[in-house]
Amino acid sequence: MIPFDFEYHRADSIDTAVQIFSDMDKQGKNPMYYGGGTEIISMGRMANISTGAVIDIKEIAQCKVQEIQGDHLVIGAGVTLTQIRESNLFPLLAQAGARVADHTIQNKVTLGGNLCGTIIYREAILPLLLTDSEVVIAGPEGSKTFPINQLFNQRMNLNKGEFIIQIRTLKSLLSLPHIHVKRTKEDKIHYPLLTLCAMKVDGQVRAAFSGLCDYPFRSPDMESELNKSATAAEQRVDNAITKIPSPIPNNLEGSAEYRSFILRSLLISILNELEG
Amino acid sequence: MYQFIGEGLIELNINGIVRKTLVRPADTLLYALRERLGLTGAKPGCENGDCGACTVLVDGWPIKSCLMLAVEAVGHEITTIEGLDKTPIQNAFIEKFAFQCGYCTPGFIMNCQGLINIHPDASDEIIHEWLQSNICRCTSYQEITEAIKSVLQNSKF
Repeated sequence: MIPFDFEYHRADSIDTAVQIFSDMDKQGKNPMYYGGGTEIISMGRMANISTGAVIDIKEIAQCKVQEIQGDHLVIGAGVTLTQIRESNLFPLLAQAGARVADHTIQNKVTLGGNLCGTIIYREAILPLLLTDSEVVIAGPEGSKTFPINQLFNQRMNLNKGEFIIQIRTLKSLLSLPHIHVKRTKEDKIHYPLLTLCAMKVDGQVRAAFSGLCDYPFRSPDMESELNKSATAAEQRVDNAITKIPSPIPNNLEGSAEYRSFILRSLLISILNELEG
Repeated sequence: MYQFIGEGLIELNINGIVRKTLVRPADTLLYALRERLGLTGAKPGCENGDCGACTVLVDGWPIKSCLMLAVEAVGHEITTIEGLDKTPIQNAFIEKFAFQCGYCTPGFIMNCQGLINIHPDASDEIIHEWLQSNICRCTSYQEITEAIKSVLQNSKF
C-alpha cells in the first residue's frame, strides 16, 4: 500500500496537463507527471518518493501516437514498450524495450517513463541516442523540440513543469544495420551488467551503453577510437575503453573488471559484425 | 479531463460486471480487488512488480495489478481469475499437474490466458518470454509450459 495520499488527474490535452502541474505546484503538492506509473507506485510504496498529485498524461492524443509523419517516426511518450515492440517500426528500439524488466511490465512501462525514470539503466534511450532522435517537450513556455543528445546528459534535463510529449526519429535511420546485446549476472530478467546498442550509419559505427557507468551514454570519444579503421579491431577497442566517461560500477552485480571484460569482448564482436 | 481527489467511489468493469468501489487515488488495483471487492484470486506477493502473482488482464493484456492504480483502471475491462470458468488453460493446468502450492497459479493462468488470446500461434520463444514474467517457487515451469502448449496445440484443430 502506498503510505500517503495524492490527487489523481488524467489530462486530456497538453495545455491541461501543464496547467494542472502549475496549479498543484502553487499549492505545494510536489506534483509528478504520470506515465505507466510503475516507478512512482513501487517507489511510493517504499516511501522513497512522495507526491501530493499525479498528472496522468497517457490519454493525451499526442502522447499516444506511433506513426510515420513525413520523414520521421513519431512515438508518443505514453506509448508502452509492448506497443513499440508489436509495431516494430523501430527494430532496435523494439529490441531494447523488450529487455526492460519483463514482458508483463512492458505492457505498462511507457517510453517517456523509461526515459525519465530514476533507475539508472533507462535502456530505451540507447537507440534514441544512436539515431540523434529529437525530443518534443511541453511546459509553461509552450512546446519545444531538442536533439536528444543535447537534452540528455546522464539524465533527461527537463525543467520544472515540463514533460516529454513525443520522440521523433528520422525514418531513414530506423532499419540500418544494428546490434542489441544485454548481459546480466544470472537470469534473463534482470538489470544489466552491460547493455550495448550499436548501429552503422554512413559507414561509421555508433555505440551506446547502459550499465557501464551510473547512467546510460553515447560517447563521441569512444566512437572516434572505434572507427579508426587503419588500426586493428582489438587495439581500437582497448583505446575506446580508455575513453569511458566515468568509473565502471564495481558492486555485487559485477566487478568493474568483469564488466570491462564483457565490454571488450562485445565491442570486438560488434566491430567484426558491423564492419563485415 | 478526469480527476479523482480524496477517498471516493469509482466504477470498475470487472469480469463483465460494472462494480462501484470505495478507494483512495493512491490505492492499487490489487488492493481494490482484494480488500474492497473481495476478489482474492489475484495474490499479493512481492507487490513490487517482480513475481506476477497479482496478474490480471486489462483490455486483454496481462498487467501486474500491484503496479496499477485502481483509478487508472476506470474505463477499461478487467478480467481476474474469478472471471474464468473451466477454460482450456485451467483444465490444462490440472491435467499437466502445473502447480504445487498454488499461490502463483492465478497469476500464471491469467498470463497464459492473455498469451493464448493475443498469440494463438505462439512460438516456443514467445511462450518462454511471456512466462518469465511470473515466478513459481515450486518450480513448476516445465509443467506450466506443457499446459500452455497443449492448449495452443488443441486450438489448431
